Amino acid sequence: MDKIQYNVSSSPHVRDRSSTNRIMIDVCIALLPACAFGIYNFGIRALWVLLAAVVTSVLSEFLYCKILKKPITIRDFSAVVTGLLIGMNMPHTMPIWMVCLGSIFAIIIVKQLFGGLGQNFMNPALAARCFLLISFAGKMTAFTYDGISSATPLAVIKAGETYDLLDMFIGRTGGVIGETSVIALLVGASYLLIRRVITPLIPLVYIGVFAVFTLLFGGHGFDMYYLGCQICGGGLILGAFFMATDYVTSPVTFAGKMIYAALLGILTGVFRIFGSSAEGVSYAIIIGNCLVPLIEKFTIPRPFGVVKDKKEASK
Amino acid sequence: MGLLTFKGGVHPYDGKELSRDCAIEELKPGSVLVFPLSQHIGAPAKPIVAVGDHVLAGQKIAEKGGFISANIHSSVSGTVKKIEPRLTAINGLVNSIVIENDGLYECAGKLNDRPWNDLTRDEIIHIIDEAGIVGMGGAGFPASVKLSPKDPDSIEYVIVNGAECEPYLTSDYRRMLEAPDQLIEGLKIAVSLFKNAKGVIGIEDNKPEAIKLLTEKVKDIPNIEVAPLKTKYPQGGERFLIKAITGRKINSKMLPSDAGCVVHNVDTIVSIYQAVVEGRPLTRRIVTVTGDAVKTPKNYYVYLGMSFKELIEAAGGFDVQPEKVISGGPMMGFSFYSLDVPLVKGSSSLLAYKKDNVPHTPEQACIRCGRCAQACPEGLMPMKLAAAALRGDEETFVKLGGLECVECGSCAYACPSKRQVTQACRTMKKIVLDKRRRK
Repeated sequence: MDKIQYNVSSSPHVRDRSSTNRIMIDVCIALLPACAFGIYNFGIRALWVLLAAVVTSVLSEFLYCKILKKPITIRDFSAVVTGLLIGMNMPHTMPIWMVCLGSIFAIIIVKQLFGGLGQNFMNPALAARCFLLISFAGKMTAFTYDGISSATPLAVIKAGETYDLLDMFIGRTGGVIGETSVIALLVGASYLLIRRVITPLIPLVYIGVFAVFTLLFGGHGFDMYYLGCQICGGGLILGAFFMATDYVTSPVTFAGKMIYAALLGILTGVFRIFGSSAEGVSYAIIIGNCLVPLIEKFTIPRPFGVVKDKKEASK
Repeated sequence: MGLLTFKGGVHPYDGKELSRDCAIEELKPGSVLVFPLSQHIGAPAKPIVAVGDHVLAGQKIAEKGGFISANIHSSVSGTVKKIEPRLTAINGLVNSIVIENDGLYECAGKLNDRPWNDLTRDEIIHIIDEAGIVGMGGAGFPASVKLSPKDPDSIEYVIVNGAECEPYLTSDYRRMLEAPDQLIEGLKIAVSLFKNAKGVIGIEDNKPEAIKLLTEKVKDIPNIEVAPLKTKYPQGGERFLIKAITGRKINSKMLPSDAGCVVHNVDTIVSIYQAVVEGRPLTRRIVTVTGDAVKTPKNYYVYLGMSFKELIEAAGGFDVQPEKVISGGPMMGFSFYSLDVPLVKGSSSLLAYKKDNVPHTPEQACIRCGRCAQACPEGLMPMKLAAAALRGDEETFVKLGGLECVECGSCAYACPSKRQVTQACRTMKKIVLDKRRRK
């Protein structure tokens, strides 16, 4: 009898080269252009905010796993992604301790208490943003640009004034650290698309539906300038490409993604046009996140060769 | 015409360059051959020889044990030594007939010596049945049963599966290149059984030489054609082959004949030719010996009943001690722990990996990236099926279409978190089907 023993396992015996870590690292890389622009735009304090968010996120995850004697999961880079997104969603003037509090909230309450990576029902970074927005509304909406306190472009437009669209596209405006530069965000998004980390489905449907909704109900008629400002401003690009596409909190099926993205577009439109605030992306995505289980329940795909009508199948 | 294909699937590294250009070599067996009585789907065969009996090459040594079962023949002449349980690559311990080879290869009488054109449909099917031919792609479904659908007139396509979509395998490819006439003649025989059928040989486009050669050979045959297919795993899966070639879809409750199709592997069709035209039962097949641990990858024409060990020794042994050996391809093949097991009708290859990448890629949390759903040729949501399976939720598993799963392995292959998605579904499917059977 052959004494040498070989490994035995159930097939398949090969795996694709992709990995969860690689996906997370790709997302981090894709966020870097926008972060870099944020630091250039708002100065060195933006860097401290970003760092504080990332370090606190990773540290909270580490300590949580350590204290509860779970496997340490910080090496999967998901906490870094969450941290970066939290930092990018803060004004650069935000007190550091508040940034840290938001990060702890995101990692411990939203992510880990619901079961860790893959189990959270809403995007941790957005949950943290909304948590801080409710708790410290003043600090979260105090935007200064070039040392002067200023409103965000969308707030300016909502007030009936105009704003330079090119400035908005490049990002030379006030706002949270990572949302202002459309061009930097698109560079990062293209990287994710090329690496096939995300598909264009959710962002395009989201922005498309939002655009149609704005044209119909925005009260500005067919005004391309107004529409351009609405798309470039208020963190829509950041939200559509980087947060609405979060795997964990978006549907997995094609039909589900369509419905989810369309819903985000409509909700964002409703919040911006009929709500009191000029933005609304965060709340739209968070509500969308909460509806994902329901959407998935109604969009179970029909398996290959299974016919809808039972009579037809029995033929 | 664009290349025929299906939705979903994956593109694993195909490794075929290791053995694709190795011409088939004949390999003589050693002194002892082992014939497991269960080499097919269905009831095990019943031995009809006793210890001490002298047998001839091609002599029937075990008779089919039910409607879905198959005869087994000795591949050599010699003496029956033992009838006892022996370890097999796939089924664990199986009652087997052990034959000592006398090295003379004395042949038993032929199954048939009349020209096949003179035979009736029933006579042809009887010969195929007698010859013990089963699906040689691995599943091992008796060919004669496949060729006897309820309504033979409803069959419009006899499809030859030349996709060979499993990475590394090249046995079908070599067969198509080296025995095209046998393949075509065998297909003609199969097509002749159905009055409304035409023959289609489906070949993935990573085998252009085979496509070219066979297209050239069938160009004057009115009811046989070659269909080039897009190279994508699992193109050779029965359901996806039918979809690609005919556009029709079947589900787990249907048989290919419900879509007017009969599907056979390349080697099965060649075996049909050998049985009907040459009168030889199924006692030999082509096996690919390959993988990064094998010194000289080869395609061998072997005698069934030889051991995998003889096969690897013939191929110069291992370069490095492999961590894993597999019978079949890396996506759906079976790993086994000892090489001292016999080659059976469904053994298409011996694949040896230096490194087994399963233990080196621990499972991480599911991040719902949806790559498994994109890869699933069945259009299922594997991440949800696996989650239901892991928490023992049979109802949800069935509701989500889990029983449609063909266990092709695409989901587990694609998973960036290296989760055992296919494996979870496979286990749950077994549990559900087993419970239903007991009811």
